[in-house]
Amino acid sequence: MSIQVEAPGLLSTLQDLGRFGYQHLGVGSCGAMDPVSHRLANLLVGNPQGAATLEMTLAGPTLQFKTDALIALGGADLNPDIEGEPVRLWRPTLVRGGALLSFGGPAQGCRCYLAVAGGFRVPEVMRSASTQLAAGFGGFQGRPLKRGDLLETGPCPRQIYPALQQRFARGLQPAVALDWFPPWYQELDFLRPARLRVIPGPQWPLLTEASRRGFLEENFQVGPNSDRMGLRLRGPRLALEQPLEMISSGVATGTVQLPPDGSPILLMADRQTTGGYPRLGELASVDLARAAQLRSTETVRFATISLEAAQSLFLRREARFHALERILAWRQTC
Amino acid sequence: MATNASTPPADSTLRVEPLGDQALLAILGEGIDPGVNDQVHHLAAVIRGSALPGLTDLVPAYATLAVHYDPAAWGAHGAPYEALRAELVRLWQGAGAAAPPAPRHVEIPVCYGLEFGPDLEEVANLCKLPAQEIIARHSGAEYRVYMLGFSPGFPYLGGLDPTIAAPRRETPRTKVPAGSVGIAGMQTGIYPMDSPGGWQLIGRTPRRLFRPGLEEPCLLRPGDRLHFVPVDLDTYRACAEERP
Repeated sequence: MSIQVEAPGLLSTLQDLGRFGYQHLGVGSCGAMDPVSHRLANLLVGNPQGAATLEMTLAGPTLQFKTDALIALGGADLNPDIEGEPVRLWRPTLVRGGALLSFGGPAQGCRCYLAVAGGFRVPEVMRSASTQLAAGFGGFQGRPLKRGDLLETGPCPRQIYPALQQRFARGLQPAVALDWFPPWYQELDFLRPARLRVIPGPQWPLLTEASRRGFLEENFQVGPNSDRMGLRLRGPRLALEQPLEMISSGVATGTVQLPPDGSPILLMADRQTTGGYPRLGELASVDLARAAQLRSTETVRFATISLEAAQSLFLRREARFHALERILAWRQTC
Repeated sequence: MATNASTPPADSTLRVEPLGDQALLAILGEGIDPGVNDQVHHLAAVIRGSALPGLTDLVPAYATLAVHYDPAAWGAHGAPYEALRAELVRLWQGAGAAAPPAPRHVEIPVCYGLEFGPDLEEVANLCKLPAQEIIARHSGAEYRVYMLGFSPGFPYLGGLDPTIAAPRRETPRTKVPAGSVGIAGMQTGIYPMDSPGGWQLIGRTPRRLFRPGLEEPCLLRPGDRLHFVPVDLDTYRACAEERP
């Protein structure tokens, strides 16, 4: 069971839900930038939500399946096709051994996730399969994919989606997809103008009034030097009433920090574990998926949200994932 | 913040604030202060020794402990942050009297000067001291590992003799070899892996600070006490551990 990398794409890395329990050693969590798409893609092929997926950025790779495989794509629409036939996102899809999966270019969003039933087989480093790009470990040999890499995958369970398997066995098409998708997925609508919700942090009240207004009322553009570490935002220059010298302290994924140049940085999956800049606040974690799908030069706006509201949104989303898991467990027996 | 000036119990110095919806900051004081940092590591040890559910990471810094948690594990009654905060305050009140755990002592052998410490002479000139005196003062102090951060295994050390403090290089090097020991202002540190860097390099250790394959990947832990031991080139080579 393996997948050969014919072309690597712009930045394709294996990621799971992150590396937990090592931040006190300076080892950040990494993991899928858009954890919602990652989890959902895994669930569609019957994997645990935390199994490694391939995170593909803007220009996707070209992959050849060496054997038959059950896959699902989710997240950004990078115009995927299998042997020239378009592949729909969020559909469990059986792919014939020998077929090529390629991507035409980004139509919507920034990061697409490929889940393969049986999972990608890479050794876990510090209890995680996520690629740590800065330190060069984890994932596939601690680096983005290169041409010629051979990704090992686990065996596809034979009992899953029996009707789909029968249809696949009877035909000769390079790919056969289930024409069904989880009903609540409209939640992650990348077309909607993104308004990211921030829980105000300790230095928020120290901003000048004009800066607070600017942050909430004006557009910010995602800078070209944004990456998995963080989104560098360009908009009105933000300033504190008084300059503030701070000592390093823990930060979180979603922390909006304000360096002295006045342009905020939204910390993402490959962030450092600690930071010494003023913190305007943290993104509600339910909005991280949307932030992960922003491309450079796209504009974004911010709003504030209370901690209580952010946590109840999070709990509601987790309840939906739980419901979805149960629907899929049934669906996969049909 | 209201504080009691006359012998405050430990719990009165604990302040908690949210760090987003999946983490909080426990604040035990301000500034870079050994006593405050002791409290940070003490609180981390107390939490590690408790059976609190859903905690994913405890990240000590100079004066704060970041507690990363899964709100779903604390959301039975709808307010995860409040529930965890109350539990932490209760835990700290009960632990206030107990003595903090004794720190580990770690020795780091360093070959000073030569090709390993290309800036040793520069530091000696800046500090108007002979190079041998820089080495003696750098290796004569006990350092506290306040925290690890910046990159995997990188220690933030306190305790540098102010007479050997030296400013960063004007032009950073594009590649500083792993194990290099440097000085930047009042800080001294060790580069865990090859990386760019602007610190004045005075020596190098053959020990590896970060080995991702190991059960305990970092040589140092936050809270450790660290001593540099000057060794000669032959000893450096003899105890050089294999690098990846």
